[in-house]
Amino acid sequence: MLKTNKFIQSYSHIRNNTVSKNGTLLFENASEAFPDFIKAAYNALDTGYPKFFKMDNLSKLAFLAADVLLKEIPSATNKEQNIAIVLSNRASSLDTDRKHQASIANKEDYFPSPAVFVYTLPNICIGEISIKHRLFSENSFFIFDRFSAEHLADYTNGLFLNNKAEKVIGGWVDFDTDTYEAFLYLVSDKGSIPHNKKEINRLYRL
Amino acid sequence: MSDLKQELKAKIIEQLNLEDISVDTIADDDSLFGDGLGLDSIDALELIVMLDKDYGIKLLDPKEGRKIFESIEVMANYIAEHRTK
Repeated sequence: MLKTNKFIQSYSHIRNNTVSKNGTLLFENASEAFPDFIKAAYNALDTGYPKFFKMDNLSKLAFLAADVLLKEIPSATNKEQNIAIVLSNRASSLDTDRKHQASIANKEDYFPSPAVFVYTLPNICIGEISIKHRLFSENSFFIFDRFSAEHLADYTNGLFLNNKAEKVIGGWVDFDTDTYEAFLYLVSDKGSIPHNKKEINRLYRL
Repeated sequence: MSDLKQELKAKIIEQLNLEDISVDTIADDDSLFGDGLGLDSIDALELIVMLDKDYGIKLLDPKEGRKIFESIEVMANYIAEHRTK
């Protein structure tokens, strides 16, 4: 396993109708379905990015979880800080893939939506984060059967050891039908939580 | 024509997911792209699909959309002249 002397500077969770950062609850709305919940969270967290409403569910989830972490870093300096993004999930872009498939299933009513089609890749959510925060950095999206702290830690350390990034946002962002979960963390020189498999797993399960 | 303009405004807001914009806040001569409603290239493709699906108008050259989608006024005039449904 590759090793570096880096730290988890901050982390965020979006799950069970809650948004939290570093274990502190930022927003909760227990009674809402995902579309209403994420819209309410967007408003409550003062996100101020109207293109959010054009995104698919996976991108909204990833975007908001990342925004919570990146808000603390001035966007004008993001390029210089070279923040890479390494995300993963299980369902890929299946939620949007199904919507696209439904729009092309009937040859007599064949009107696929370009706005849906553009989200039929899971890594598009990284693009949405990068556009908002002006990141021009390395990025990767992996599909796993389950959350893999080891793979994320190894890949992140590889980026650092090869001088491909000064900071890395890593994590898991998964959306499929009625289930969703986001866990993102920012790895840098700052912080008190060592960046390793054990700590990533611990924070994921918080 | 007035009904068609109102219909277009409502369709654009709904289909392009324009949050915090209502039918009343879109003027007939507002630019749909750039400094107006701020639509982007994917929105332009959505509008092309909408013309086909709802009004039976097929734009074979996407560049045609640049003029047709200038404003609600221009769009409504084009649809009124070319619609097949």
